Amino acid sequence: MTSYIIRRLLLAIPVLLGILFVTFALARMIPGDPCRAVLGEHATDQICDAFIKRHGLDKPIPTQFAVYLGEITHGDFGDSLRFQRPVTALLSERLPVTVELGLSALILAVIVGIPLGIISAYWRNSAVDVGTMLLANTGVSMPVFWLGLMLAYIFAVMLKGTPIWLPPSGRMTSGMSLPPLYETWNIAVVQGEGWYSVLAFLSNINTFNALVTGHWLELWDAIKHLILPAVALGTIPMAIIARMTRSSLLEVLGLDYVRTARAKGLQEHAVVLRHALRNAMLPVATVIGLQLGTLLGGAVLTETIFGLTGVGKTLFDSITSRDYVVVQVFTLVIAVGFVAVNLIVDLSYALLDPRVRLD
Amino acid sequence: MQKHTETKTQTKRKGSSLWHDAMRYLFRQRSAILGMSILGGMLLLAIFAPFIATHDPTLSMLDVPEQVAMGIKRRLPPCIHLLGCPAEQPQHLMGLDSNVRDLFSRVIYGARYSLYIGFASVGFAIMIGSLLGAVAGYLGGWVDNVVMRLMDVLLAFPALLLAIAIVTVLGPGLVNALLAIGIVSIPSYARVMRASVLSVKERDFVTADRALGVPSIRILFHRILPNAITPLIVQGTLGIATAILDAAALSFLGLGAQPPTPEWGTMLGAERNQVFTAPHLVFFPGIGIMLTVLSFNLLGDGLRDALDPRLNR
Repeated sequence: MTSYIIRRLLLAIPVLLGILFVTFALARMIPGDPCRAVLGEHATDQICDAFIKRHGLDKPIPTQFAVYLGEITHGDFGDSLRFQRPVTALLSERLPVTVELGLSALILAVIVGIPLGIISAYWRNSAVDVGTMLLANTGVSMPVFWLGLMLAYIFAVMLKGTPIWLPPSGRMTSGMSLPPLYETWNIAVVQGEGWYSVLAFLSNINTFNALVTGHWLELWDAIKHLILPAVALGTIPMAIIARMTRSSLLEVLGLDYVRTARAKGLQEHAVVLRHALRNAMLPVATVIGLQLGTLLGGAVLTETIFGLTGVGKTLFDSITSRDYVVVQVFTLVIAVGFVAVNLIVDLSYALLDPRVRLD
Repeated sequence: MQKHTETKTQTKRKGSSLWHDAMRYLFRQRSAILGMSILGGMLLLAIFAPFIATHDPTLSMLDVPEQVAMGIKRRLPPCIHLLGCPAEQPQHLMGLDSNVRDLFSRVIYGARYSLYIGFASVGFAIMIGSLLGAVAGYLGGWVDNVVMRLMDVLLAFPALLLAIAIVTVLGPGLVNALLAIGIVSIPSYARVMRASVLSVKERDFVTADRALGVPSIRILFHRILPNAITPLIVQGTLGIATAILDAAALSFLGLGAQPPTPEWGTMLGAERNQVFTAPHLVFFPGIGIMLTVLSFNLLGDGLRDALDPRLNR
């Protein structure tokens, strides 16, 4: 197992190097002048020359790439051209928004999708099955941004004044705020140190912060703001998970050992939920892992619609404003997340199915 | 034993029975029929758009004197005379948009763009992807390694984000958007093709060809490609659905088709701030996208089931 993990990590290195190079090259191929994109149309040539020199953008691309690699290995990811702040600071502010949104969408997708798939498979070809699958097919066919806009219209405008009214944008009602965790817990931390980044990151996951510090009013407010974006983002994964659970469970339910389980007089729920479901979960786990891409792509759109400044929105804004440094680091983080999730999915096979041996 | 031989000869006699059976099965599935019907409807809308549309999709009603005389306003909600809309108000089946254009006509013309984007980008991706996959699978060795690692790098990015980056490099526009979507979907076709080639290339009929001195290119096109076509068709049909969704997202973000093109995603992007005041402007184009994508998804699922020889029916 350990040797398998090590080998997988080693195999990921060339892919990560490739990713580094592609993001680096793509960021520099974006037409337009980074100086004027950042400093405005009216920056003089003199100012721009200084700007370009200061950020090392006048050197040939291979040199720039070598310098960049050297800096990364020292943990120096550079400063955002647009915000004039370290990218890592930007990341610890905005990644929590996307992590919170993505996780709640995924949790929603799993806790609704899997039961829907089980129900559909168990009552195969019944009205429930046809209805669920029609819903699931519609779910995967809806554009995320359209669903988001429609949900915002229904819950923020049509249901205004009712108890199920939900806010259409932002993370919290203005005026409400949560103190960072290190302030609540009176921990002395130095800005820029390891513990500080971890605590700052966790503090910015509003629901987590409010939950562990007992700010119940803020927690409820943050959750209310999270529902619509999470539903919009989670619908496609939910539908995909439901379909995969159904087809995988159907296949397993037709196997001999399920018949054996029934023949020896086990109760139906034990046959389906304990014997069949466990083996049917293998492809479902893969599909859940694969949703990361859908979630991150969808995050750009969801964050745009619901006015959240997360990774997706920041990345999109940085691409259009040619903030190379942010584009590079944010894509790198996403790609590393991808590689890690794929590894976790492969490892989960061994947990779900003892017959799978990793070596 | 005897029965077994009988069925074997029977299938042999029918010739191309896989396709025959698959089509028969396809037309028995309710969901596949639904998909084909919606798709057929969309194709008809796209082809006969000039006859179905009630107005010019890019014409502002402010330039039409009769409409102005009847007191039209921008973002007027749908007005259908049959459903009780007063006769003195001009009929607009889906209302008017922010530039006082007839939304119904724009939605109808939108079918053209979505279908075009879907077919063009997936066609491009299949051509490049299957070529790369075929070469990698057939030659093996370092070529295979380089090509497939390259595909891994492409797959390590969320498709939509990579497409956004590519469009920014190429410049916004409809053609560049579909190129970008084509590029990001190359890896999935390369993988499908490579897997098919690997499964076929050691089979006896290919070895026989090679022994006879048939050129590699001919083996590739005449022996290997026909065997790989089934998974490509399934993947391609489902791929069109994803391509249409991604293209709509790019247009929504302002990177795809540019206004006043009546593309559904562009229309949604232009009117998204009006959702609270004039929801019809957001509702109808979205329904268009959803139905088109749904039709390809249903058809793709149906084809996969129909062409899967493992399923007994």
